[in-house]
Amino acid sequence: MGDAEIKASSWRLVEVGRVCLIHGGPSDGKLATIVEIIDHKRALVDGPATDTKIAVPRQSIALAQLILTPLVLEKLPRAARTGVVAAAWKKADIEAKWQESAWAKKRTQKERRRALTDFERFKVMRLKKQARFEVRKSLAKVKASA
Amino acid sequence: MSATLEATANQKKTFGKSTREVPHHSQKASKWYPAEDEAQHKKVRKSIRTSAPRSTLTPGAVLILLAGRFRGKRVVLLSNLPQGVLLVTGPFKVNGVPLRRVNARYVIATSYKIDLAGLDSKKIEEVSAEGYFTADKAEKKKGEEAFFKQGEKPEKKKPSSSRAADQKAVDKALLATIKKEPFLISYLSSTFSLRKGDRPHEMVW
Repeated sequence: MGDAEIKASSWRLVEVGRVCLIHGGPSDGKLATIVEIIDHKRALVDGPATDTKIAVPRQSIALAQLILTPLVLEKLPRAARTGVVAAAWKKADIEAKWQESAWAKKRTQKERRRALTDFERFKVMRLKKQARFEVRKSLAKVKASA
Repeated sequence: MSATLEATANQKKTFGKSTREVPHHSQKASKWYPAEDEAQHKKVRKSIRTSAPRSTLTPGAVLILLAGRFRGKRVVLLSNLPQGVLLVTGPFKVNGVPLRRVNARYVIATSYKIDLAGLDSKKIEEVSAEGYFTADKAEKKKGEEAFFKQGEKPEKKKPSSSRAADQKAVDKALLATIKKEPFLISYLSSTFSLRKGDRPHEMVW
């Protein structure tokens, strides 16, 4: 038998310090970190973001309403109070990291597209067509020369 | 009216030496009450009110027509006519929609507004006057002659030249302003339709 290499899994875990996106319910779309795991279905979360759009007050929430992000507040003590969480949040620069992520960008783009008027939707369609045409043109050029 | 009044007026009658005024027999009280009550007509409690157009239906707004021959077309609203009717134009050169009356219920108003400045307001008034769209109805031949003509090809309707001139007069200034905004002409010439996943009640217009 060969030696089996044993590595820890790289799954996102429900753990204290894990930053989550809230999905559904009154605080849909907010960002929060797990502060304490209450039971197998619920966790205590706290979202001390400075941006009010993604900030959420400390509350217990069903795990079914949380989507785990790759972001973690390292070494957040269990059941830390809001002040401690906020300090750790700021130190880890969670907000900037979140806004930079492709996930957050896609979400803002979706929101923006949803708010477009009929004429603006038409313009988006036409500009996308133009961009696509340019891409295909250059691709055809490369293919022809190759 | 006066004849009936005279007929039912009091009459002077002589009885021996004296004359007296005697009421007409129809004016005298009836000797008995009617056996059945007379039916009373119901009072109509409705009234024709002036219609107030939706707040989004301001002149210059781009509308999407939802019904009729031009459904799906994006048109420009020129003015609100009474009783919820709208006066719209394509412009004709852009999407083939002529000056036309449209029911306000079968229309989606988009938030885009075209500046109507420079438009001949007199012409629009003339077009929105009552009878403009209905006046020239040619008399149809009736009776025997029409019956025997059934087999023949019916004459094709031709747009009257005055209507075509009106169309041009209204659209001229409009086209000039439309051309200034990029993509607007192609937007107006394109038709609207729902695609997969489109939820019209959740969309922003």
